[in-house]
Amino acid sequence: MSAVSQAHVEDHSHDHHHEQTFIEKYIFSTDHKMIAKQYLITGLIMGFIGIAMSLLFRIQLAWPEKSFWIFEALLGRFGSDGVMDPGVYLALVTIHGTIMVFFVLTAGLSGTFSNLLIPLQIGARDMASGFLNMVSYWLFFISSVIMLSSLFVESGPASAGWTVYPPLSALPEAISGSGMGMTLWLISMAIFIASSLLGSLNYIVTVLNLRTEGMSMTRLPLTVWAFFVTAIIGTVSFPVLLSAALLLIMDRSFGTSFFLSDIYIQGEVLSHQGGSPVLYEHLFWFLGHPEVYIVLLPALGITSEVIATNARKPIFGYRAMVASILAIAFLSTIVWGHHMFVSGMNPFLGSVFTFTTLLIAIPSAVKAFNYITTLWKGNLQMNPGMLFSIGLVSTFITGGLTGIILGDSTLDINVHDTYFVVAHFHLVMGISALYGLFAGVYHWFPKMFGRMMNKNLGYVHFWITAVGAYGVFFPMHFIGMAGLPRRYYTNTAFPYFDDLADVNVLITLFAFLTAFAQLFFIYNFIHSIFYGKKASQNPWRANTLEWTAPVEHIHGNWYGELPKVYRWSYDYSKMNKEETDYVIPGQDFIPQNVPLHDNEEELNH
Amino acid sequence: MTVFLIIIVVALLGVTFWQISKILELSKPADADDSQIADNKDNNTQGKIMLAFMVFFYLLMAYSFWNYSKLYLPEAAAEHGADYDRLMFISIGIIMVVQVFTQALLHWFSYKYRGKKGQKALFYADNDKLEFIWTIIPVVVLAGLIIYGLFSWSEIMNPEETEDTLVVEIYAYQFDWRARYSGEDKTLGKANVRFIEGVNQLGVDESDPYAADDVIVNELHLPVNRSVLFKFRSQDVLHSAYFPHFRAQMNVVPGMVTEFGFTPTTTTKEIRNTDYMVDKVSTINDIRKEREDLDDEEKNYEFEYYLLCNKICGVSHYNMQMKIVVEEEEEFQEWLSEQQTFGELMNN
Repeated sequence: MSAVSQAHVEDHSHDHHHEQTFIEKYIFSTDHKMIAKQYLITGLIMGFIGIAMSLLFRIQLAWPEKSFWIFEALLGRFGSDGVMDPGVYLALVTIHGTIMVFFVLTAGLSGTFSNLLIPLQIGARDMASGFLNMVSYWLFFISSVIMLSSLFVESGPASAGWTVYPPLSALPEAISGSGMGMTLWLISMAIFIASSLLGSLNYIVTVLNLRTEGMSMTRLPLTVWAFFVTAIIGTVSFPVLLSAALLLIMDRSFGTSFFLSDIYIQGEVLSHQGGSPVLYEHLFWFLGHPEVYIVLLPALGITSEVIATNARKPIFGYRAMVASILAIAFLSTIVWGHHMFVSGMNPFLGSVFTFTTLLIAIPSAVKAFNYITTLWKGNLQMNPGMLFSIGLVSTFITGGLTGIILGDSTLDINVHDTYFVVAHFHLVMGISALYGLFAGVYHWFPKMFGRMMNKNLGYVHFWITAVGAYGVFFPMHFIGMAGLPRRYYTNTAFPYFDDLADVNVLITLFAFLTAFAQLFFIYNFIHSIFYGKKASQNPWRANTLEWTAPVEHIHGNWYGELPKVYRWSYDYSKMNKEETDYVIPGQDFIPQNVPLHDNEEELNH
Repeated sequence: MTVFLIIIVVALLGVTFWQISKILELSKPADADDSQIADNKDNNTQGKIMLAFMVFFYLLMAYSFWNYSKLYLPEAAAEHGADYDRLMFISIGIIMVVQVFTQALLHWFSYKYRGKKGQKALFYADNDKLEFIWTIIPVVVLAGLIIYGLFSWSEIMNPEETEDTLVVEIYAYQFDWRARYSGEDKTLGKANVRFIEGVNQLGVDESDPYAADDVIVNELHLPVNRSVLFKFRSQDVLHSAYFPHFRAQMNVVPGMVTEFGFTPTTTTKEIRNTDYMVDKVSTINDIRKEREDLDDEEKNYEFEYYLLCNKICGVSHYNMQMKIVVEEEEEFQEWLSEQQTFGELMNN
């Protein structure tokens, strides 16, 4: 099957001059490179909205119940007299979480780079199914539009937290956001899941079937390994979220009782009987936890590639890296219970989940150490992408370490749902994955748009972001350990928290600094698309196949025949047998399509 | 405040454009190559900034620990809490050792091996021994933490129930708490939301003989040094009963009864007189003195234990709390005997 389609595309590539209409080329495109750009730009727009929301609620947290014109301007009647309404605070928190986790870090990150890099790095003309790929993007687009439209319904958007635990999310009587807003949230997520599944299946099939000649699995760049395994985790876990969402829709609209039982609200006993919210929690976190790795693995894959290229060294421990990705993927599906230690589930299960959770720290530690060793004795090229990759390793360690506290059922008792958790996951999956996204954008921008981004703006962007992100999230651990719960509209109801107020102000100021730094990125991104310096074919002197493809985008990626692969992608600074010079004299990299030389040692790849 | 914010926003925007234009100029020197790929000079500068950033990061960590460690909760007021805190401090200790060590390596290498013209990277693809070492070290350390944690966990989650154990139901609804004591018969009367009617807010079954002597209150009193078993029930949505000072938390789930037990060890009076609390309360009162929106009574805060809701439950989630008083057994008994029983409540 794959061979047939391949041959077909090859024929096709000879007459690549057929005219594409504007709609075919830019809107309903089936070309993976265009779809990647569509994902990226949609994801960035969603990210802009998500971050803007976080600034709004950070203002409220720093100066609770004070009046700000911006609330009145943006929130309308939910911010009358400039004071934020408690309901809209919860809505902002909810939608911020949903947008950032799913729309930015799942679709924006995975969708962009899986689409761009899988075919280019494995030497394929396109995805296995260009049509499904297009459908996947447009479903994502529709779900984004629905999610954003929920901001404008009269009763407000979903506001039960991004985990939308029932009964709160099921009963409009409990919170007004659980009316129309919640319905739209569920519809949007259902469509999103369909989009994600179509994408994932496509990635899996493409990686398995369309690798070019010589591209064995052990020669795949770690990016492709990461995208491939991410797609597998997504395929395994997203359907479970879909079923949770469907059951919740039924409970809400069709009177079933999967998650509801014994509820008395607004003077009435509901007829629901026999369901359990804990069941929902299990279903949700069966996706929710792998989701963390769906977000993180692509970022780590990008980092592996960017660090190796810019360190001019092979990634240290390639096989261990692949094994870690696989181990993380497997373990990620059996740790979901660590979100539920105090949910009322059997404490024995808590012990089991503690065990599996702390196991996952091992492959994570191996990855971190391997990155550090890759830097050791390198010749580090400090391009913006490299800085973001190093930043990722830093935040991944900082955020990952506190996971040892949260993953321990005993310790979780008192920090569960406090700001300690918020600090932990923002560092380990939020900031880290965003750094991965930025690293990818800076590194593959020449591949996407044929132009370079401005490096100096990139440096400014990185350093302000790095300072700001730690400034926000490091102090946040401490207010969490003081017992400050998350999702509180204001902490003033407890005089006990009064002495935490100045920490909250500090965090908000750093949040503004961090958001401010993103303006440099936006400017650089848009400006460089049109006026950036024209890129050469292989600006970073990298080994992977995408840099053997021409700068201009053509249907089918390569003119003529597909490149053949003779080696793994990490032959950086490889010396000849006599140790006198690089294998190719004067050039410290050997692209994958260069046959083995006589005077080099063969590796097991 | 508004004006202040507008000024800040305008100023920041101004600075933005100024900086962007400045950087653009800087990025376009007439002679240098503008390939936008890091050159020797960039590598050098960025490598040094990496080192400066490491210093910033360590200072931030030191500052946070120096200034914010005191925000950690006071010594645990429940028996299992000492064990909890010990495990917490061991974990934080290990984490910080690893953190300081690995971040130093990461940033130091980034500085030390910053690209230079003519520098050759070492082709170093594998080392089984090294990888084995950094697999096995986390395994051993984590195994220790897991075992410690699991022993504590099973002790905390399976508290010994004796004749003496006080059984208390904690009842949650949007947006308040109630506590129900079992009374002299030491058995809570049956309850279900379907019995809720009029003053019977908790839906206690009137026909159950065990219910008559139950006592329902909105302030939780606990006798010191006596084990308490809480049974949690929710009327509407998920809540979470969080007792930070007792290192205790359990979700409150509609449709099921969840449990958590602990033994309070410090009375309210005792904890108020600890150095920690005297300091903390005086700091808080200093802050409150400055606030104009408070009346005189509110400005004079006195510490009380509290129970708060820690699972998003609706618009007033942030203010769902109940006062807890830990007192001597005699005081507790006296207080309890003054409360109205469920039977009296229904007959009035």
